[in-house]
Amino acid sequence: MSGRGQGQPADGQPHDAMPRYSHPSMVEGMDPTATSDDGAVVLALRAGDETVFVDLVRRYQRPLLRLAQTFVPSEAVAEEVVQDTWIAVIKGIDGFEGRSSLRTWIFRILTYQAKSRGERERRSIPMSAFEPRDPGSDRPAVDPSRFRPSSDARWPGHWAEPPADWGSDAEGRLLGRETQDVISSAMDTLAPAQRLVMTLRDLEGWDSDEVCAALEISPGNQRVLLHRARSRVRAALERYFHEATLV
Amino acid sequence: MDAYVDDDTMTTSADELACNELVELVTDYLEDALSPSERDRIERHIATCDGCTRYIEQIRGTIAAAGRLTPDDVPAPVVDRLLAVFRASRSDRGET
Repeated sequence: MSGRGQGQPADGQPHDAMPRYSHPSMVEGMDPTATSDDGAVVLALRAGDETVFVDLVRRYQRPLLRLAQTFVPSEAVAEEVVQDTWIAVIKGIDGFEGRSSLRTWIFRILTYQAKSRGERERRSIPMSAFEPRDPGSDRPAVDPSRFRPSSDARWPGHWAEPPADWGSDAEGRLLGRETQDVISSAMDTLAPAQRLVMTLRDLEGWDSDEVCAALEISPGNQRVLLHRARSRVRAALERYFHEATLV
Repeated sequence: MDAYVDDDTMTTSADELACNELVELVTDYLEDALSPSERDRIERHIATCDGCTRYIEQIRGTIAAAGRLTPDDVPAPVVDRLLAVFRASRSDRGET
């Protein structure tokens, strides 16, 4: 994990809603992708700790939803799939053996639930959303008209219209609410697998290994999806900053 | 035009990167997934190309800005429903 949600002892230090338990037998034999807190979380869940449970739900709800949306077309159905996943997690937690990280386990449950539901919804096996060549998404990072053509004698492929300066106040504006809305909206237009990978990497802060483990995709596949997503969102920000100058 | 070209040549040499190639390699570059020689090509290029330097900055800015998007709260009814299932499953096991 990216270091979030670490519990603190109840001694006046910041409380992150996750009390710490320790039990050597849970920590022994955990696989390297597991977080050091997995053993503590699993114990807490088995003991019925509702704070830990709710914290887990809040932490993973958005990424699980995005993953579900790569399998099923509607947001409503995706929400149901996530709900069914949490129920399966609750029912299965006693049998969790720690051979993978808790997160990977949860995401695999979701994948299973989503695939079943996706098949039921469409009565056919959907093409994998993680195929690098899903149709309609194979666009260049930047519109080719922005570059000199390959027939250009002196600078083939170089910028004809370079990226515009986003302004001296760009850094401040990038932090603002309006920019967040631009990014959010742009991400809503992405192919679901692209949106999912960018959500996990750039919004949730997962690293590449964590994403590949949870989604069971290769690093190369992951990078292609991330690349397309980021390119599109940058382009949306470029349009936004450009339009702001046309007042 | 910002790209540097040796006075003796009229066109960029074969191993030099064009801007439209670089923009497709940005993610691999930032992920440190390029071979040393490819990385080198990129860095030589951006050393003299303002357009590509700015493009990479904008990608970095996009990533940083995206990192500030906070998730919507999970709706309370959703949490409540799940808590009910959670409690029931624990009491079924004889845990209180």
